[in-house]
Amino acid sequence: MAEPAQESESHGAEDHGHGHDDHHQESWFIHYCWSTDHKMIAMQYMFTGMAMAIIGGFMAYVFRMQLAFPGIEVPGFGQVSPTEYNSLVTNHGAIMIFWVAMPVLIAAFGNYLIPLMLGCDDMVFPRLNRLSYQIFLISAIVLLGSFFVEGGAFGGAWTAYPPLSSKAEYNMTPLGAPLWVIAVGLEFVAFLLGGINFVTTAMNSRAPGMKMFDIPIVIWMIVIASILFMASVGPLIAGAIMLVFDQTAGTGFFDPDKGGDPVLWQHLFWFFGHPEVYVVLLPAVGIVAEIITVFSRKKLFGYKTVIFTALATGLLSFFVWAHHQFISGIDPRMANVFTVTTVLISVPIAEMMFVYIATLYGGSIRLTTPMLWALSFIFAFIIGGVTGIFLGASGSDIYFHDTYFVLAHFHYTFYPIAILSVFAGVTYWYPKMFGTMLNETLGKIHFWLTFIPYNCIFIPLFMLGLGGQHRRIWSYENFPELARPEYYALREFATISLVIMLLAQFIFIFNFFWSLKSGKKAGANPWKACTLEWTTDQTPPGHGNWKELPTCYRGPYEFSVPGREKDYWPQNEPEPEPEPSAS
Amino acid sequence: MSGKVLQLSQKMPAARRRQIAPNGVIGITVFCLTETMFFAGLISAHTLFRMQTTATDGWPPPGQPRLPIEETALNSAALLASGVFLFVAHQRYRAAASTAMRPMLASLFLGAFFVIFQGVEWVALLGEGLTMTSSAHGGFFYLIVGMHAIHAAAGLLVLGWAYLRLRRAELVLSQLLTVEIFWYFVVLLWPILYWRVYL
Ligand code: HEM
Ligand SMILES: [Cu+2]
Repeated sequence: MAEPAQESESHGAEDHGHGHDDHHQESWFIHYCWSTDHKMIAMQYMFTGMAMAIIGGFMAYVFRMQLAFPGIEVPGFGQVSPTEYNSLVTNHGAIMIFWVAMPVLIAAFGNYLIPLMLGCDDMVFPRLNRLSYQIFLISAIVLLGSFFVEGGAFGGAWTAYPPLSSKAEYNMTPLGAPLWVIAVGLEFVAFLLGGINFVTTAMNSRAPGMKMFDIPIVIWMIVIASILFMASVGPLIAGAIMLVFDQTAGTGFFDPDKGGDPVLWQHLFWFFGHPEVYVVLLPAVGIVAEIITVFSRKKLFGYKTVIFTALATGLLSFFVWAHHQFISGIDPRMANVFTVTTVLISVPIAEMMFVYIATLYGGSIRLTTPMLWALSFIFAFIIGGVTGIFLGASGSDIYFHDTYFVLAHFHYTFYPIAILSVFAGVTYWYPKMFGTMLNETLGKIHFWLTFIPYNCIFIPLFMLGLGGQHRRIWSYENFPELARPEYYALREFATISLVIMLLAQFIFIFNFFWSLKSGKKAGANPWKACTLEWTTDQTPPGHGNWKELPTCYRGPYEFSVPGREKDYWPQNEPEPEPEPSAS
Repeated sequence: MSGKVLQLSQKMPAARRRQIAPNGVIGITVFCLTETMFFAGLISAHTLFRMQTTATDGWPPPGQPRLPIEETALNSAALLASGVFLFVAHQRYRAAASTAMRPMLASLFLGAFFVIFQGVEWVALLGEGLTMTSSAHGGFFYLIVGMHAIHAAAGLLVLGWAYLRLRRAELVLSQLLTVEIFWYFVVLLWPILYWRVYL
């Protein structure tokens, strides 16, 4: 923290839940569950997010089994009823976006990296930070709890369109539906608190000398994403409150009988929903930027371009939402406008991808595990972006809408974001977080056993979607067109790939815990990177991060600078002076 | 976060960290911007609803009681005056902190008057049959006005807190600014809501 931290040092812990209590014995509970240290909160977010990812992955396994082999007893679950199928699909989507991608990418990496990369000792509002995690945890508990209430968990899709979501007669989950909306609402409050913290910290607590364009890209991206989130979430919170009232108090905001309008929800949802995809995308491309520069030993090609494209994307993302509603009965003239804006938004994103490819070009590339994940991100995301253009053109979307083509599209965007970039980030910062190196061999086996099956899951789904297979259908037996054997073959192939991919995650879990104990000691800067988090006195960093907070002298990607002995130039290293003197 | 933000400590390196504004001020500003979007969502939803209803049934929707436009205009004046008094308090605070107590108290009272008067009005309207469930019109009315009332009540709490600190001579400028920004948000938002919902 900047000045305020100093303040709390000399004036007692005012906004700082625990001053310097690592000198004292603290109880297990205080240390792990009541800490205000940004690194501990980051870990809380990360482990909760990973636990939720396992739960969400298990759900995917259950409903994919039902799709490939309708009616079987799914091992570990049993038969899947249509109601269960719906609630599994709904909550799988919601969990992966709101309880995995958001907490891990924004909250975990944001909390961990912002103070360390900016060279300060904590967030500016540490207690707000702790509160943010606690609210997040409650939201997760409410969501999972909704599976055990009468009627079961909500099954009206993660987009929760009324009247299905607003009327218990239709969704048949009188408690599950409001609980779902409340859980999502709580989660938003948690990220609102986190976002306020991130923005304020980035503005006020940078190391002396760190100018705006010396900030590492990942921090820029997390901050821009937080701003995007906070700017777009308000209308959805408004909509969520209206929806809960419709569900529980009998109001008619979305009910035509009472003068309301169900399409209103779609506008409020997607006004948030589209920016939200960039909220999770930006931190992911930020992580990838850090990794590809380090492992190609090159300066980022077009540092400012990345920032400006991110800003442009962020701005444009507020004007594309109705591309999700081309067949909701919106005015066709509006559909034209939104087609144009949607195609426009692909431009900055494509530009960003070109910047990355140009960064790799001619670099001395080292294919470490984090680098493999980062490269796979670029590969997969390009497929996702290109297929998005077909969906953004209203003409083709009339056919594609609500088919597995859409589903495959967003799994080629979300999966790289929530899974590939997260693995990239975790394997890259693991040495700093835990002080040991992950095993590279296991890491690479895990990578290939995730990445190949991943493509084997979703490429067949593109084909099924092109064939007209609709989403959110429990069993295709009543649709003779879709129940042909060649379709089943594709479904089975996808499901078996999924099972392989899920099993491969045990390799990661094993590697994670095994390396904690038996991994090679990492040292302060195992990847020879330039950013400040690699300059802490201890690894993992202790409380307060540095004994003496660093000063920043240059940009974050000074690799292979001509005329220097080392091929990297840390941000905190003073300029060489003619007379070596203690400056 | 106390306001003595300029204090340096031994941990500071030679070059200074630059604070753009006190942390609390940035934090509350970001928060108010989010809140602005929240109310923008409510207002645009209401506006769409109003356009549709006007086209089919006319406005106000038939069979609904008339909203108390005049009384609320008076009440709105009270809220605006509360904002003005807070501004005066700020000016006085900069001159001599203790002289800010009176205008701050006035601001608090006017704000409280606004909230209580709204409550009284609600009771009357409920008696006339305008409820949350009677129609989307009623729903929007109570939702939007109610959301503002919750913010006003929260604003009064922080104003009260600031007043108590001021009395104990503990209030620092950054805290006053933080509270002020939130209260101005509550005050300035209201005329827009009044225009869209009542008129
Ligand atoms: C290159 C830019 C992109 C374009 C042009 C694009 C376009 C579209 C369009 C038009 C749809 C609606 C299809 C339909 O429902 O018929 C769609 C759906 C979707 N997209 Fe994208 N997209 C892009 C990037 C992304 C990114 C980066 C993400 C995620 C991080 C994403 C996630 C989704 C999701 C989740 C849906 C499905 C929502 C649902 O109905 O459940 N998209 N995309
Ligand atoms: Cu979209």
